[in-house]
Amino acid sequence: MTGPTRSLPGAWISGIGLLGPGLRDWPGAAAILAGEALWVPADTVLSAPEQLPAAERRRSVRVVKLALTVGLEAVTAAGADASALATVFSSSGGDGHNCHLICEALASDDRQVSPTRFHNSVHNAAAGYWGIATGATAPAAVLCAFDGSFAAGLLEALVQVSVERVPSLLIAYDADYPEPLRAARPVPDAFGTALLLTPEPGATHFGRIRAGLTTAAADALADPALDTLRRAIPAARSLPLLAAIARGEAGRIVLDYLDHARVAVDFSA
Amino acid sequence: MNPLLISRYTATSCLGRGIGPMRDALAAGRSGLKHCDFDGVALETWIGEVAGADDEALPEHLRGFDCRNNRLAQIGFEQDGFAEAVRDAIRRYGPDRIGVFLGTSTAGILETELAYQRRDRASGALPAGFNYAGSHNPFSVAAFVQAAFGLGGPANVVSSACSSSAKVFASARRMIEAGLIDAAIVGGVDSLCLTTLYGFASLELTSKQACRPFDLGRDGISIGEAAAFALLERVSEPLADDAILLLGVGESSDAYHMSSPHPEGLGARRAMEAALTAAGLEPGDIDYINLHGTATPSNDSAESKAVRALFGAATACSSTKGATGHTLGAAGGVEAVIAALALRDGFLPGSPNTCDPEPDMNYLLASRPARVRRVLSNSFGFGGTNCSLVIGRAQ
Repeated sequence: MTGPTRSLPGAWISGIGLLGPGLRDWPGAAAILAGEALWVPADTVLSAPEQLPAAERRRSVRVVKLALTVGLEAVTAAGADASALATVFSSSGGDGHNCHLICEALASDDRQVSPTRFHNSVHNAAAGYWGIATGATAPAAVLCAFDGSFAAGLLEALVQVSVERVPSLLIAYDADYPEPLRAARPVPDAFGTALLLTPEPGATHFGRIRAGLTTAAADALADPALDTLRRAIPAARSLPLLAAIARGEAGRIVLDYLDHARVAVDFSA
Repeated sequence: MNPLLISRYTATSCLGRGIGPMRDALAAGRSGLKHCDFDGVALETWIGEVAGADDEALPEHLRGFDCRNNRLAQIGFEQDGFAEAVRDAIRRYGPDRIGVFLGTSTAGILETELAYQRRDRASGALPAGFNYAGSHNPFSVAAFVQAAFGLGGPANVVSSACSSSAKVFASARRMIEAGLIDAAIVGGVDSLCLTTLYGFASLELTSKQACRPFDLGRDGISIGEAAAFALLERVSEPLADDAILLLGVGESSDAYHMSSPHPEGLGARRAMEAALTAAGLEPGDIDYINLHGTATPSNDSAESKAVRALFGAATACSSTKGATGHTLGAAGGVEAVIAALALRDGFLPGSPNTCDPEPDMNYLLASRPARVRRVLSNSFGFGGTNCSLVIGRAQ
């Protein structure tokens, strides 16, 4: 991405949600990312939101709890109506524990898979539960771009806002795999973030972003411990952008995307 | 929406490699389904398998992507001059101006299933050489296609179960409209694996015989595999009369249940309405509906209600899953190609295996020649994810 960026897809950030290791919500994470509070690493605490009916709450797996929690935080903070929002769900993988249990069952003699495990295995499980919890009948995009899944989701949501002129709720999330898959895909814990992107600024907003592709290297975080988190969980590749937002610091942020390309985000507070 | 040119398209399924065998099978009313003999699977069900998929060798520099799903992808994009058309588009637009948006539901999960059968007895570890990124991860198929063509533009996989490779048309359309790219490879690749065969069986959604979409006696799906690709570009004049255009895309969510559709088909109806609105068309402008028609009792019931509510009983329609099987994440792409064939060659596909169709619909049992100008293609998935495409001829 070189030269003028006026023609690139852009949007206002009208709500943010976040949940991760030692990061309980966006206000808490913002204080840490702004350097006003210390990060104390601790396992991510996941719970199924009350908006889900009892049966779905019982059946929901880790990625579902994660995605719904951050999505609802962003929507609630913005005072938006979740039932009216188009969504973009982006994740590097489905639920690792659920996947492990299915693969274990399929390697056993009887190969029986539970129906609930099977429906929880689809990559769009979180999107399906989100619809049930919120009543949202607008389109839901469900994406994957391996370690670049956050940036892929961000591009999709920005393009949706720019082309369709509708708000779009981006929910990017990844959770851990158990062994033996963890050895091949070492995602250690759960991290999710949600951005409510709107064509016009909301009553309260966090600034405006535009994005395009670049070949520049991805930005790292100044704090080495937080940068380890950024590299460990794909959805945490969002942290350099979130840090700029937390500090109200305008400028260009480069995020991990694909092997041959990164996403450059121009942020103005 | 601004129409887009579908400048090249191809599909490989149990009907054969490329559009020639597919067209011939559809015209003759032939099914490619067979009794399940996949990898020692002990299920009383039928499948649509691509013959020889595992014999396909990937080039040396792409070995990291080796798995049945990517072998199938390579077989797919080598048919019908598709790879040449991509290389030509690269010459015209540059490799960074072409996006890759592909649908899959299970990517190369079969590799993981097989690896779990070969875990170390003592440590439980997966066998050496297991490659998560190149096979298991859903993105593996888009990464493989990007690498195979040396593309540097945006790329992602859409994995929304059985609507995946219809929804890629929506993503690509927006990316082109926003000016981020000039062309896009879209489509879907999904391959047979134990997760879907045993998973759908656990939900009692697989038939013990070849599936019978929209038959009053239907009792479940037959799982298939396929690779379908289309090249999307902006429309540039002059267009040939038989040029195939993407005229409209409509998406919706059921917000109802994880594995059952809304019983009245409200989500399906909203997706079809949105596609017609995007295309600036009325229901009467559609000559043929390629139904999602999986052949489960509840899916076809919901879809029939939605179609009757919007179109009445007159519009010709059929599901082609009796021929191809339900190719899951590839179904939207496969059926977009079937729509293109119906438009190009002037025929309405029938529905092999179906004998006693749902009443009050113009459901086609046998294929027949017809002038076809516009087709609506439906793809609906688990979790209540719906997408409809309107595809038409230039003239």
